[in-house]
Amino acid sequence: MTYLADVVALTRKDLRVELRGRDTLPAMLIFVLSTLVVFHFALPDASGDTAAYGLLWVAIVFTALLGLARAWIPEQEHGVLDGLVLAPCDRSAIWLGKTLATLAFLLASQAVALPAFVLFFEPLDTTALAAVLLADIGICAVGSLMSAMAAAGRSREVLLPLLVLPLAIPLIVGGVGAAVSEDGQRFLLFLLLYDAVFAVLSWASFEYVVTE
Amino acid sequence: MGVALVLALIIAPEDADQGISQRIFYIHVPIALTAYFCFGLGAFKALLHLWKGDERYDLESYVAIHQGTIFGALTLITGSIWARASWGVWWTWSSNQLVLFLVLFLFYCAYFMLRFSLEDGPRRARSSAVYALFGVALIPVSFLAIRLAEDFIHPTVFTRDGPQMSATMFVTFVVCWGAVTLLAYVLYRVELAGKRLDANLRELREVLQ
Repeated sequence: MTYLADVVALTRKDLRVELRGRDTLPAMLIFVLSTLVVFHFALPDASGDTAAYGLLWVAIVFTALLGLARAWIPEQEHGVLDGLVLAPCDRSAIWLGKTLATLAFLLASQAVALPAFVLFFEPLDTTALAAVLLADIGICAVGSLMSAMAAAGRSREVLLPLLVLPLAIPLIVGGVGAAVSEDGQRFLLFLLLYDAVFAVLSWASFEYVVTE
Repeated sequence: MGVALVLALIIAPEDADQGISQRIFYIHVPIALTAYFCFGLGAFKALLHLWKGDERYDLESYVAIHQGTIFGALTLITGSIWARASWGVWWTWSSNQLVLFLVLFLFYCAYFMLRFSLEDGPRRARSSAVYALFGVALIPVSFLAIRLAEDFIHPTVFTRDGPQMSATMFVTFVVCWGAVTLLAYVLYRVELAGKRLDANLRELREVLQ
């Protein structure tokens, strides 16, 4: 139970920092909306709805990258990470707390982005929404670990997309497949598998990344 | 080892009876298998490093992945040449293996970016090891993803029919595979020796100063 309490406390810390500072969420919101508008002009009139679904996934991944790039910056700026690592809690709780907080930001930005997508382009069915949720979990789980890795480097802003994008390719396949294929369930299962594999891997390996 | 390589190269053309383009098979497939093997070896050494904390494994993991990336790039090049010769295009998204190698190539390029961006030390070693482990998890997952993606990107799967491999062809293939693996092993040892020498020299210089 203490593990859960630690996770909740860490997530609340991130959410509170965001509520006071408002550094990440407004940027993500504006970014995803402007991306959708750019897509409207980038897509020729004749291109069908399938192309719009594909672009929605591009928007989702890049918005997540924007949120993830900011994820460890407060910790980095104020030297909080050293304190967290020294704190008497399991290190993987730090990862889980950060993942949940990033997921909350991403879901909040999508609460605006998805209705806007439906308004501008095409309707989304429940399979597509489930795929968005599963892909969000996957990209936040992997991304918060990668972001912690990149934050220690010299060129973290450049490094993070390079680290995350190859890992996000299967998520895009699953997400687009769930939206456009008739047999969407298979892609949802695939996304679930991806989430399980990479969440366990990130959870187990986070300790090695942050300790000196 | 050199003899094995020369032998393989001389034997290979002898029984290539399906036209010149088929001969690249003897080079392309062993290179691809060797690249997989190198990535696997790199991840295995990374796991050993995380487990035992020995710095030796970090260097071995790095060198193995370096070799894997070189062989992966060679796979992309030879695969592309083969695609041009037998399908008439330099690149085709319907070839699962080629697309998988492109994804892996991008992934392992990011591995080097990560390594060069972090400060030398135990933290870099562990971060690289964790990333290398993600790599072997990515191989089956993206293979599955690429298989699934064919459903909506390519309604008809590209089929390539040909006769079954004859015994002599199979022998040639195995000899080539052995030769390429040996080549990879020799390169791995040479690079490892060079890197170790480098590290020792640096240590010596620090001691002398």
